[in-house]
Amino acid sequence: MFNPTVARLTYRALLGRRRALILCALPLLLIVVACAVRAMNGADDQVATQLLGGFALATMVPLIGVIAGTGAIGPEIDDGSVVYLLAKPIKRPSIIFTKLVVATGVTAVFSAVPVFVAGYVLNGNSQQIAVAYTVAALVASVAYSALFLMLGTLTRHAVVIGLVYALIWEALFGSLVEGAKMLSIQQWSLALAEKVAGTGADVTSDVALPAALVLLVVITVGGTILAGQKLRTLTLAGEE
Amino acid sequence: MSPDPAATAPAAQRGQGVIHNIGYRGYEGPRLGRSYARRALFTQSLRGAYGLGRSAKSKVLPMLLFAVVALPAAIVVAVAVATKADDLPVGYAEYVLMLQPVIGIYLAAVAPQAISLDLRFKTTPLYFSRPIERSDYVAAKHAALSAAVFLFTAVPVLILYVGSLLAKLDFGDQTTGFLQGLVFCALFALLHAGIAGYIAALTPRRGFGIAAVIVVLTVPFFLISALQGIPLSDGDSSSTLVGWLGLGSPGTLMDGIQSKFLGGTSGFPTGATLTNAQGISYLVVFVLLAAGAYALLLRRYRKAGL
Repeated sequence: MFNPTVARLTYRALLGRRRALILCALPLLLIVVACAVRAMNGADDQVATQLLGGFALATMVPLIGVIAGTGAIGPEIDDGSVVYLLAKPIKRPSIIFTKLVVATGVTAVFSAVPVFVAGYVLNGNSQQIAVAYTVAALVASVAYSALFLMLGTLTRHAVVIGLVYALIWEALFGSLVEGAKMLSIQQWSLALAEKVAGTGADVTSDVALPAALVLLVVITVGGTILAGQKLRTLTLAGEE
Repeated sequence: MSPDPAATAPAAQRGQGVIHNIGYRGYEGPRLGRSYARRALFTQSLRGAYGLGRSAKSKVLPMLLFAVVALPAAIVVAVAVATKADDLPVGYAEYVLMLQPVIGIYLAAVAPQAISLDLRFKTTPLYFSRPIERSDYVAAKHAALSAAVFLFTAVPVLILYVGSLLAKLDFGDQTTGFLQGLVFCALFALLHAGIAGYIAALTPRRGFGIAAVIVVLTVPFFLISALQGIPLSDGDSSSTLVGWLGLGSPGTLMDGIQSKFLGGTSGFPTGATLTNAQGISYLVVFVLLAAGAYALLLRRYRKAGL
């Protein structure tokens, strides 16, 4: 299933040249802010959950997921160079699987690692908060990558639709409409974080853990299969 | 022009080829000049921002986002009418700030389309072969983007105003609020269009442009909001600090300006209002950012090769 050459090409497309620097900016920002807050305010569990939950998991992870997930396949389909890849005797689903692995890896490295570091800086992993949010970020990066990779094969406006989902559905509607939280990768991964974190830590999710796990698996596996199917019947559209 | 038979007949007899002088007509009509070209560029970019004059597929997204930003205004009005409230549940500027993510996504979709595509398909040299200067191009694009965002925010504000008059709310109050809301929309549009335009001009790739614009417009906002939410042990210094922190992102900057100068309610977590010194620095930062983005955009087009 895993094709090293496709993986190398995807990796280079995502992180080649200056792109790695752009992706680095967000995690760096998180760590710098974490250091500043710690220096000004001292260690505080509530501040840690607020910063990790309100900024890292709500904004940073989905954004990196959008960039890595759609970036793994979108530009290739956009400029038509995907035909050279599709012309090779490689199974389409295995192309998708490989791209998913790379996108997940990139998202995880650029989101889970800084979350872990920032968590340690903020309160020294008291009440397992740093570990809890790292687990949530890891799980979320798998689901986001699968979802946005699928979007990348379905539409040319994958970036915008992904952003609409991440920012309007999860952030805006999620805070206004209770029901919207049920369909939010952020809340599903928070359910896992709730389980890991200590009872005194204010990490809460609106979704029960079993439901969250099932939904996470469904979106990841379903998204990957659908993307594979879509790639098998891909027709290249011209520039509008 | 038919060839003169007298001149061609001997040539045909000699059995040689002829070159007919069919004449060259120079263009003698009116030349519309620089300001016309600038105006045309402005209107075309503005229409393009809403998908007018483009394919049906590219109308979907701007129109959909426009509906998303305008519909809640109608709902707010309906609520105000149904509950017979004395005031709208949401202020004019407050409404715009609430829907910031939608505006951010609209800008992210529109700015690269208006600016990056010219770079990607190398059409800028064609523009500059016409009688327009670099400054005309930048001014037209910047004005078009600003106008697009202004329309995007001012129409919901107008809906709120008309609705409030229909609901027989106090005319004087609502008119002042509406005018302040319009000023806010203009300032908001100027700042955000400037920033988004400059970022879009940095990359010829549309996908990257979209991601970069949205990152720059929303990440600082969420970050600053999260930081402002952190309670400090000392309550007094905490509320001034919230004010200073607000300088850090375009969204919170606009929030501070509307709550200080345009009679709105502050959206800051503690509901903190700004001190006078903070108010002035908010204005200074606003001018610096708006003018700086424009100057940078102008600089971006200085090099001929781009």
